[in-house]
Amino acid sequence: MPDALTAAYALRLGDDALILSHRLSEWVGHGPELEEDIALANTALDLLGQARLLLACAGAREGRGRDEDALAYGRDVLDFSNLLLVEQPNGDFAQTMVRQFLFDAYAVELWPRLSASRDEVLAGIAGKAAKEAAYHVEQSAAWVVRMGDGTEESHDRAQAGLDLLWPYAGEIFEADGVEAALAEEGIAVAPSGLRGPWRARVEAVLDEAGLAPPEGAGVRTGGRQGRHSEHLGHLLAEFQFMQRAYPGAEW
Amino acid sequence: MYTQGLNQAVEDGGPEDAELLARFQAKIDREEKIEPNDWMPEAYRQTLIRQISQHAHSEIVGMLPEGNWLTRAPNLRRKAILLAKVQDEGGHGLYLYAAAETLGISRAEMVDRLLEGRARYSSIFNYPTITWADIGAVGWLVDGAAIMNQIPLCRCSYGPYARAMIRICKEESFHQRQGYEAISRLAEGTAAQKRMAQDALDRWWWPSLMMFGPSDTDSPHTGRSMRWKIKRFTNDELRQKFVDAAVPQAHLIGLEPPDPELRYDEESGHWRFGEIDWSEFNEVLAGNGPCNRERMAARRKAHAEGAWVREAATAHALRKQARAAAAAE
Ligand SMILES: [Fe+2]
Ligand SMILES: [Fe+2]
Repeated sequence: MPDALTAAYALRLGDDALILSHRLSEWVGHGPELEEDIALANTALDLLGQARLLLACAGAREGRGRDEDALAYGRDVLDFSNLLLVEQPNGDFAQTMVRQFLFDAYAVELWPRLSASRDEVLAGIAGKAAKEAAYHVEQSAAWVVRMGDGTEESHDRAQAGLDLLWPYAGEIFEADGVEAALAEEGIAVAPSGLRGPWRARVEAVLDEAGLAPPEGAGVRTGGRQGRHSEHLGHLLAEFQFMQRAYPGAEW
Repeated sequence: MYTQGLNQAVEDGGPEDAELLARFQAKIDREEKIEPNDWMPEAYRQTLIRQISQHAHSEIVGMLPEGNWLTRAPNLRRKAILLAKVQDEGGHGLYLYAAAETLGISRAEMVDRLLEGRARYSSIFNYPTITWADIGAVGWLVDGAAIMNQIPLCRCSYGPYARAMIRICKEESFHQRQGYEAISRLAEGTAAQKRMAQDALDRWWWPSLMMFGPSDTDSPHTGRSMRWKIKRFTNDELRQKFVDAAVPQAHLIGLEPPDPELRYDEESGHWRFGEIDWSEFNEVLAGNGPCNRERMAARRKAHAEGAWVREAATAHALRKQARAAAAAE
């Protein structure tokens, strides 16, 4: 039976993972050190795995016959529902790692809670993702500390990344009717409840790194409703090129 | 005869003890492994450093032509397969650098040699990946040729290299199968996909054959490397093995290697192929291939832009140590 709410929820989480994975995959072969190249690929691969499961789940609940690829490659900007944070460009390694840390610090709170979802499919995906997120946040937090507490240059770059990306963090905890209704039924996790633990972890890491969130930064939102930054269209133009150029072909 | 060869190779190390040499060779002849702390002739050490580091650099540079399609893979399954493959290649680079380091050279020194143009990597990665079909062709042919070269290296006389190769070969054969599967899908697809597949074979066939290196008659180090069991087969033997495997695979999916002289020799059971254009090989080797400049520029850029990251990691580690020491007082 179609379940539009769960489909929309799974799609949001799936889009986050898909777009962030894509951004990380842009790094592969160009990382600052071989070990980091491999680690970036590894995180990209974990996120892609999560995205595939979530999009497949969304497609099934939607009941319109769209599979993971139809959803990933067949939608335009207005129908993507990822957070603005994850579509922001890689910038330098500091910007990439700050983006990753802000996201991982959320994911590591989300997935363990969602693994208790009454929806068994979502719970299963979340259980696997929880383990991955725990590893990811360990890595990205370590880099934030290394950069903040490294050289003057690395500190400044990390702070610049934080200044740039901090306004996108608030969106993580916004909820509309989708999350609210599903959280009520024990299917989704209400994002607002994650803000406290996220904030505690982020503050502890930034403190150790000697970094500080920018004062008076506004909050940029809209991704969940399809109101994206200019960056997503370019990302999709590249990502969807083959499916657009050869519609209907099997690969 | 062979002592003469060795003495020539050891240019600044002085003459080496004949008894040590004899014992070393006897050990190799008994198929025992040479380990990092064992005595070895300087030429053996230098040959291995050159070969293993060149192999490591190839894995790393090889991430670039395939990485070129990571953001444009045609579906999520292919994207995941390609991402995993490119990650594997990075891992191969890591094991190989580590194996070379056991011979007394640091990874930083090896990387410097690459970036300064003093060390080589496999010329095959100086060719472009223009269409998606190239990703299939690279897996099928390039990883396929690499396996032919590397399987015998699993029995190389130098222990750390042999052990690294065992691990690597398992993954390479996986890559080869996935590449062949990807190009097969194109070959049985739409007209546009078939065209893409044949075009990729047309472009990758000869460069893949060149991966085995110059013909035996023009290969200066073969004799010594065979005696040291760094090499088990000659370039031409390996090339023939590869052709014998790849031609039927191409035919099976309706593709034709771009060689009008290709024919099956009933008597020997081998596929006979036409003359390789070594002038092209030498041009690419000399730095004039289609992507030599791009590949090196990409490596240098990544290294230069990563400098502040590596410095930050070092600075933080030192500071952490100092704080721990201060706390312990
Ligand atoms: Fe490899
Ligand atoms: Fe490979």
